[in-house]
Formats: sequence, C-alpha cells, structure tokens
Amino acid sequence: MKLKGKVHKYGANVDTDAIIPARYLNVSEPEELAQHCMEDIDSEFLAKVEPGDIIVAETNFGCGSSREHAPLAIKVAGISCVIARSFARIFFRNAINIGLPLLECGEAVDSTEAGDILEVDLTTGAIRNSTRDKTFTAEPYPDFMMGIMGAGGLVEYTKGKLAGGL
Amino acid sequence: MTLAEKILAAHSGKDEVSPGEFINVRVDLVLANDITAPLAIREFQRLGVSKVYDSKKIVMVPDHFCPNKDILSAEQAKMMREFARQQDLVYFEVGRMGIEHVLLPEQGLVLPGEVVIGADSHTCTYGALGAFATGMGSTDIAVAMATGEIWMKVPPTIKFVYRGKLGKWVGGKDLILCTIGDIGVDGALYSVMEFVGEAIDSLPVDGRFTMANMAIEAGAKAGIFRVDSETQKYVKARAKHPYKVYQLDNDAEYARTIEYDVSKIESQVAFPHLPSNVKPISQVVDIKIDQVVIGSCTNGRLNDLRIAAKVLKGRQVNPELRCIIIPGTQQVYLEALREGLIETFIESGAAVSTPTCGPCLGGYMGVLAAGERCVSTTNRNFVGRMGSPQSEVYLTNPAVAAASAVLGRIASPEEIV
Repeated sequence: MKLKGKVHKYGANVDTDAIIPARYLNVSEPEELAQHCMEDIDSEFLAKVEPGDIIVAETNFGCGSSREHAPLAIKVAGISCVIARSFARIFFRNAINIGLPLLECGEAVDSTEAGDILEVDLTTGAIRNSTRDKTFTAEPYPDFMMGIMGAGGLVEYTKGKLAGGL
Repeated sequence: MTLAEKILAAHSGKDEVSPGEFINVRVDLVLANDITAPLAIREFQRLGVSKVYDSKKIVMVPDHFCPNKDILSAEQAKMMREFARQQDLVYFEVGRMGIEHVLLPEQGLVLPGEVVIGADSHTCTYGALGAFATGMGSTDIAVAMATGEIWMKVPPTIKFVYRGKLGKWVGGKDLILCTIGDIGVDGALYSVMEFVGEAIDSLPVDGRFTMANMAIEAGAKAGIFRVDSETQKYVKARAKHPYKVYQLDNDAEYARTIEYDVSKIESQVAFPHLPSNVKPISQVVDIKIDQVVIGSCTNGRLNDLRIAAKVLKGRQVNPELRCIIIPGTQQVYLEALREGLIETFIESGAAVSTPTCGPCLGGYMGVLAAGERCVSTTNRNFVGRMGSPQSEVYLTNPAVAAASAVLGRIASPEEIV
C-alpha cells in the first residue's frame, strides 16, 4: 500500500492528552473526536490538515493514556500514517488494531521538515522525501502484525480466527 | 525467567518465553471504564459474538466522569451499564464504585500471578500484588471480552533495586518520581519494571500500588513486585478466588539493573509538563499555587489519606487556594471517616468528594483555569491535563500536597509538622 502526503512535524513525547484532550472524551464518535485533534499543542492543525497528510514526530509519540480515541482522532482527521523515532506501546497497539499505519524511522525524522512531501510504501517500509529527494527505510513489521494489518485491523483478524475455530 | 516471564509462560501454555516473542495470552480479568467501554462495546458488537467469554472475569467501573458530569457522559455511562447488565458482568454502580485501580485490589478481584488487562493505562497498578497487569485500548479489550485471550510481545525486564531506609516524609511516590526523573518518560519503553530491595520490602502495599501505577509514566508495559508476607497479608483477607504465586528463576535475565540509595532521596516534585521533570523538594523555591488535589489511582488509598491528615490536623487550608480530597473507594472513605480523617479534612477547610477520577484528567471536580497552578498527588502533568492548556500541574506525594495546601506554595511538611 502506497501513501503520499504533506508533513506535519512535532517534537518528543506528544501525549494522548495533546492528541485528544480528556475534556472531549464524553463522546466516542470518531468524527467528533477528530474535531479536537492536536488542539492543545497545535491550534492550526485542523485548518492545515488535508486527507493523506503524514505526521512526523520525535520519540515516544502517543505516550500517556490508553485511549483509543487518540489514534482514531488522528486517522479520521485525515492523517494516513505517523512516522516517529519511537512510539509509546499502548498507542502503537491501538493504531495497528484500528488500521492507522505507524513507521519507526529516526533517519526520516532527522531529514524531514514541516511541509515536505513524503511518499510511503507500507509493504517495503520505504519512505521517500520527494521535496528533498531522499529515501529511507523503516523497520518492517513482524509477520504477526502484518497479519493483523492485512486483515484490516484486529476485529477483522479475530473474526477470521473465530470463523476458522480458535 | 523473570517473574513477568514466568506468569506469561504459564498463561500461554509454554514452558518458556523470552523477550521479543509473540504469544497468545489467556487473561484472568478484563477491565473497562465509562470512557473506554463504549468504544470496546462497539468493537465487541462488530465481532459478531453474542456473549462474553466469561461474565465473571469482566469488570466495568463508572469512575472517570461519574457520578455523571454532563449529559454526554451520562449517555456513555448508560451504554456501559446496560451492556454490563445484559451480559451479567461484574459492575460497580455509583455508591459502590471507586477508582478502578483502588477498587479491584481492595475487592480481591486481582490477585498474585494473574494476567489482567484493562482499557486504562494505569492498569499496571496491579503489579504491586505480583500480577502481570497492563493497559490496552478498547479494541484489544473487545477481543479479550469475546475470546479470553490477547496477543502480546514478551517484554524485557529491567530490575530496579532500592537500598537503604526511607526518610520520614518519603514514600512510594517519591521513589517512582525519582526513578522516572532518572530514566525519562520512555526510559522503560515496552519493558517490565521489577521493583526490589530492602526499601521495597519495608514499603506498605499502598506505596507499592503507587509505584506500579506510574510504571506507564516511564513507558513500561508493566510494573511488578515479588510476592512477600505483606502481599499475602493484603491478599488473603480479600481474595475472591484461588491464586498461584510464581517464583522467578535464580538465573533470570534482566535487560538492565539500576540501583538507588533511598536514604539520599527526598520528597520529589514533578514540574510541568512531564512526570520526568522532577526536583527534590529542597530545591523548590516559592511557587504559589491555586489548588491542591489529594486522591486518584496513584494516591487515593487509606495510607495516603492518613499521611495527608497527619499534616492537616489542627491546621487550616490557606484561604487563597482550594484543597480537594478524594478517597479512592467507598471503603477507603468509610475507614477514613471512622478514623476521623474526614473530620480533620473538613475542619481544615478542604472539600471531600465521593470517589471519582474527575480532576486528574481535567474531567470535573477541580478543573483548572488558564494561569492556575495545582499541586496534585495524581500521575500526569501534561499540557492541559487538569484543565486549561495554560494551567500547570505539579506532582507530589500526599504529605507535600497537604503541606502545600496549608502554606499556599509548594512546601515540605518539615516546615510545619
């Protein structure tokens, strides 16, 4: 699967309260959550973001709460993929489970600025910065996770398993 | 194998597991709350399964925005309540509920050697009892509700050794804040933090809950303590079902070992906006505050309230701030009442509330305005965590929080007691 989009860049430790503040968690509809995505750290985010855009961030992206509302808000806001130096573990699971692709690639983070255009090939892990004419490769997913993503998320993956008998 | 590896091996039908391995784990308890359950229920329904795998192993607690803070949160709580009744789950209604991570151990629902997953990041609290407990998202919870199993990658274990004797006003909160300050908010990313040493042996179970609770603030998958006589004493009086204590191997392999001399550790203050941004109390100078919160899944247990009362007894909350004290469960509330702690709080001018997570995540019951500063015994001080993105949260232990409430600035109890 290939993705292409403009970069929105953030620093280290972007926490889930920054991605979707808890004051908006009295609803769970993804479209409503997306209306407040990143609002406390980047009030311009929703005005800037276009479908297919890519978030690039430093270490420990998604730290804090287990709220699945965070990757949901990012996905429904139009982001096609998040590339970071590292991810917090619950956020990582949640994103894979709901079908928001994440890639870990420090080199890509180092050489990418806000507004750059990135092309990502999820199958090979190749990340091309077409603004700066540079290519990087992210760590490929383990087969097990490729299985979940290939099925379209954990619910579909589990449905398949249940249909086949556990 | 380490303690965590032993528990995971036993729950995945394997003789041995090692870090990095993907395994399917049988879970002993599954938890969700009024914020995470609605999404989990929706995903559960998408699975096309009509009944949960075992209704007595799934717990739902309305604690985050409950008693309902507004119409929207009332709708979410209602959805969870109806699902819990329909599926005959273990459910604690307002009046019987408490903050989930104080409530479940108190009720004897989480026990040593068990695997517990919860749609709340502070599920790692139960590691205090020698369980493998970890937070996950709503979709993982939905799958576990349907199948009783979940996938995991076996995490490496980092051993933290605490030597020496704790100072007078120093407790579990200070050890864990100091540790996070040392290793950083991703210092234990994807790892298990195992806490050992003579300072841990003499730490009350309440203090161990506080430490395990904040393992997630260092990025850990779980925090874990070995089961000792203190654990057994706590658990035996409460256990609702049999449990098994696992022993780690003598040649258990650790990713790292980090040692601390606790006699050198003072009360810690985590400055905005990260739990790792800590300073010892002696280096904190004249920071005026507007609010103090004492409670939460980190420090809302009886021992925490006793410490706060020791500082507040016969003193007055500074008239220039609000002090809000929230017992973690109805049982904690009742015991605090019987011991006279609640009387002490009210006479000192503090507000005492029914159990709720409310203020910790900026929900209600103590939301901050722009420019306001709060000293809180909770676990996170991210931007906007307790309200306005222009507010500030300082994390401390209950003794420092209570002393700060009296003096109107961040202060050590040594100044007044």
